[in-house]
Amino acid sequence: MIENRPGLNLLAHLTLMLGVAIVALPVWVAFVASTHTATDFMSGTIPLWPGPHLIENYSQMLGAGVSTSGTPPVGTMMLNSLIMALLIACGKIAISITSAFAIVYFRFPLRNMAFWCIFITMMLPVEVRIVPTFQVVADLGMLNSYAGLSIPLIASATATFLFRQVFLTIPDELTEAARIDGAGPMKFFRDILLPLSRTNIAALFVILFIYGWNQYLWPLLITTSSDYYTIVAGIKRMADAVDGLPQWHLVMATAMLAMLPPVAVVIGMQRLFVKGLVETEK
Amino acid sequence: MASITLDKVGKIYAGGTRAVGDVNIDIADGEFIVLVGPSGCGKSTLLRMVAGLESISEGTVRIGDRVVNDIEPADRDIAMVFQNYALYPHMSVRQNLAYGLKNRGTPKPEIERRVAEAAEILQIGPFLDRKPRALSGGQRQRVAMGRAIVREPAAFLFDEPLSNLDAKLRVTMRLEIKELQRRLRTTSIYVTHDQLEAMTLADRLVVLNAGRIEQIGTPLEVYRKPASTFVASFIGSPAMNLISSTALPHLPGVAHAGTIGIRPEDLTVSATGPILMDVLAVEELGAQRLVHGQTGGERLTVTLSSNAELSDSLRLDYRPGSLHLFTAGEGRRID
Repeated sequence: MIENRPGLNLLAHLTLMLGVAIVALPVWVAFVASTHTATDFMSGTIPLWPGPHLIENYSQMLGAGVSTSGTPPVGTMMLNSLIMALLIACGKIAISITSAFAIVYFRFPLRNMAFWCIFITMMLPVEVRIVPTFQVVADLGMLNSYAGLSIPLIASATATFLFRQVFLTIPDELTEAARIDGAGPMKFFRDILLPLSRTNIAALFVILFIYGWNQYLWPLLITTSSDYYTIVAGIKRMADAVDGLPQWHLVMATAMLAMLPPVAVVIGMQRLFVKGLVETEK
Repeated sequence: MASITLDKVGKIYAGGTRAVGDVNIDIADGEFIVLVGPSGCGKSTLLRMVAGLESISEGTVRIGDRVVNDIEPADRDIAMVFQNYALYPHMSVRQNLAYGLKNRGTPKPEIERRVAEAAEILQIGPFLDRKPRALSGGQRQRVAMGRAIVREPAAFLFDEPLSNLDAKLRVTMRLEIKELQRRLRTTSIYVTHDQLEAMTLADRLVVLNAGRIEQIGTPLEVYRKPASTFVASFIGSPAMNLISSTALPHLPGVAHAGTIGIRPEDLTVSATGPILMDVLAVEELGAQRLVHGQTGGERLTVTLSSNAELSDSLRLDYRPGSLHLFTAGEGRRID
């Protein structure tokens, strides 16, 4: 529907601006908070404009961290989060693309059952199975390790389902042409399927990276050594200052820093991401 | 280069449905065979069985002197051109052409030579570094043929390769395929539902109906002596008039026949003709006009020159020897 009325245009823009303001306000407050000293926030009125302590706060977080809460410097936690998010995103993509490949292109006994089994696990996110999963991970000795942080989150029905749909849109003739051209299954996978689902892989990577980065409950549960704290769980620990007030200015500085990698991924892969979500032509 | 032999070939799908049955065809080396029939007649299934994309339920397929029933498509030494071209969208034209050769471990200089040669034959040289999506329908069609040519296979298999093109381009490409096949002398099997395409391309036609062969013969044989009412109505445009013999009992020799066939172009206006037709509609084609009418309760079409006089009823005669007689039940030809 295309209408050309200035009034409607204005209304549309106002609505959009209101939406942006609602989303952006908390981020703004967090940013403002990260530029003040601790006492400014205890005075009862929240400042709405940036203060003069930006460099000081951020350099403290990047350098030393908050010793009172037992968290390591932000850099270590960011690195842990990055490793975890990358492992989860890459692991999920690798596993789901191969299982989708098996389900779509091979006829084996119980194929449909295999598909439904994968599909049903969608009903069992980490939060539902957290106690047994913790038990399994603990028994395998994977507490306080990158493997323990990422492996239980890697299996993904959603991604398998998505790749299955992508493969189903690839015309049969292409598969047949490849067969006649002498491409075996793995060659077909590497030479045809992977390049054709490139944009979908990118879109999924963005989503899964953010999913991995934002993991909170699971890392909080299985990491007890500060060497393996992730940033999202670390913010929680910082806010729980034991003796004394939470140092909100430092917590907010950490939150701002924690936002940067996902933002970078989204901006960096924006073009591919959008293409992967809207592109239908194969 | 090789001959292809289909011996009692049949296809039964998992559910027990029979798609193709008892097909025997001997295709000579270098011959251009066209499988033609209405949709669902099993012509594509048959082609795909030769290609190895469908399993063969009954009978044997030989390419050269080798039985290929259990041989992978890639090892059957055939190349196929698909209806929607099936070009790899992420590869350039050059890579599309080279992919099959690369997988076979053909040496690089040899690949380059063959790609250059095919590009020369098909005049796609300027597009070699483009992606398929940057090409027009006709150019894509050429690339698809190029992919078949570079392989230098024993046989080309065409699965309705022209049906995605517009009418004008189809005529041009039809001619190109014919010339190409003449030049390369590669055994070819071509599937189409378009009887005009079939007539113009084929050395021999195979007319299929409901999974069975109705007739095999050169285009003219099939046109002049259709083996059944199905072939008679399918080959030739406009279609042959098929009239129950009871509608025209006074024609000679019809006593034993169930159906009489007369091609619209074999009918002429004649004051003394034995057939009286009531005119119902006229279609102008420019050089000719098609007159549709009725005689004895049966539909009848006549091709007349565009300056012929028309009236509400026409008296028609037929050219001597142009009557086709078919049996009542199965509609087989009576000679």
